[in-house]
Amino acid sequence: MTPPTRNDLPALNVADLQSLLRRREISPGEVIRALRERIEAIDPNVGAYLSLDFDTAEREAEHSNVELPLGGIPIAIKDIINVNGQPCTCGSKILKGYHAPYDATAIQKLRAAGAVPFGKTNLDEFAMGSSTENSALKSTRNPWHLSRVPGGSSGGSAAAIAADEAFAALGSDTGGSIRQPAAFCGVVGIKPTYGRVSRFGLVAFASSLDQIGPVTKTVRDSALIMNAIAGHDPHDSTSLNEPVPDYVAGLEKDVRGLRLGLPKEYMIEGTDPQVRTAIDAAIKQLNSLGAEIVEVSLPTTEYAVAVYYIIATAEASANLARFDGVRYGHRAHNPKDVLDLYGRTREEGFGPEVKRRIILGTYVLSSGYYDAYYLRAQKVRELIRRDFAGVFEKVDALISPTSPITAFKVGERADPLQMYLADIFTIAANLAGICGISVPCGFAEVDGHRLPIGLQLLGKALDEARILQIAYAYEQSTNWHKARPPIR
Amino acid sequence: MAGTSDLDVAYIARLARINLTDDEAKTFQKQLDAVLKYAEKIRQVDVTGIDASVHTPFNVFREDASRDWFTAEQALSNAPRQANGLFVVPKVVE
Repeated sequence: MTPPTRNDLPALNVADLQSLLRRREISPGEVIRALRERIEAIDPNVGAYLSLDFDTAEREAEHSNVELPLGGIPIAIKDIINVNGQPCTCGSKILKGYHAPYDATAIQKLRAAGAVPFGKTNLDEFAMGSSTENSALKSTRNPWHLSRVPGGSSGGSAAAIAADEAFAALGSDTGGSIRQPAAFCGVVGIKPTYGRVSRFGLVAFASSLDQIGPVTKTVRDSALIMNAIAGHDPHDSTSLNEPVPDYVAGLEKDVRGLRLGLPKEYMIEGTDPQVRTAIDAAIKQLNSLGAEIVEVSLPTTEYAVAVYYIIATAEASANLARFDGVRYGHRAHNPKDVLDLYGRTREEGFGPEVKRRIILGTYVLSSGYYDAYYLRAQKVRELIRRDFAGVFEKVDALISPTSPITAFKVGERADPLQMYLADIFTIAANLAGICGISVPCGFAEVDGHRLPIGLQLLGKALDEARILQIAYAYEQSTNWHKARPPIR
Repeated sequence: MAGTSDLDVAYIARLARINLTDDEAKTFQKQLDAVLKYAEKIRQVDVTGIDASVHTPFNVFREDASRDWFTAEQALSNAPRQANGLFVVPKVVE
């Protein structure tokens, strides 16, 4: 490989950047400076970042040990994960002025592996949304066409990766918030098993559903990041105390003989025909690599969206009670009493989607409605989990589109329920606590431009190595991951 | 405010300590009525004998010992108002 010029550097993936750093052909400081130039040139159009701190990053980079697993690799962080000394806005006005007094465990682990956080990416406010349009602070655009959304809620992270404004990023996924923007932006994203990655320092949206995971250009890069961030954490009582395999070492295993399930309930009306065509081709491709394809059934699929929007909003209503204008962030001026302080601080600080979800969540937990909504939804959730457990006795992984649609135009989808229904393929994985990955599998031609399509693979709990292996085999046998958006 | 569901947005917003304008309450009422109508479908599911536990419940204990944590100064570093090492709030007792 010829040494890249400073202009080409940002287009590298983590694995290639790592070999250049280790051969001392470039220095970590040069990498940060090249990335800075790229971001300053491109981000006014894309809007992926909410805050950047290149000075601190450059100082840290100059001391980084490139022999470490992620030594000298800059990493973008969704602005809902605490990075010591940096803002953490959650895309909300209510956290204006807040600076994190500590590192999330995932950040500590990345630093221990040598990675360098340098910027915080945009998101739907408190990760509530599927387009990043709910950010109260900034509009993020899809690098494949700037009139379109990047998906969400980790839209800033996915757009940054697609536009070569980051080598790797962290996102968080509560109902598809890593996988769906990865699909919309043509990059790779993993939602790990519930408990695989510590949630300590991730601002809580729905505590039984949230997971931190990587957004990257390639499957190998996602495996590299997973190696660094997975594992038990005494600060998160829901984190699993299970050994972490080497996700990179398992990538090249043969997929011959693996059984992949096609849930028949995922063949829904309303799926974009171009998405269907791309998924059919991906299934054929996996079959030609030696995987056996079998039809399976997840009969509770049609209830997943309803169950999710009851449980996620219930948990959000409790978690977001902490934003009361007392300990951090925005506070209403001159409150006449403490109720006025709460009521006006939250009125002024939260955007419409967050208010809607807090109200819905408060309602489903309220006296007289708890049993009919929240408790019943938890029981249906258990049936959803059993559906998956049963299917994973027959197959090694499940295949589906990541989203039934491709990136839509900014402002095109105003109705909350219609937005929720498009989460149909990603939501059940969070409810069941299993893992999932989205990997690029083609393009739709829309209005004369290309929009990426994502293939989703779902694996049973703690089977990240398996879905990474299948995603890697697929990726390596296609060229989709090499396509770059027209933005230059 | 009457909608098509039992939800009274203005009342629940008070419980949730969020002030809403009348227009906001009206818009949310319509949107959330639609979401709740959709959510009715979970009533079709037979959940007889099903426990509402998804993640395996387990207890996690730690030693009851002191450890390094935020200093008072760090904990107050983001406070909108503070004095004498404490958060300042409007008077809450008469």
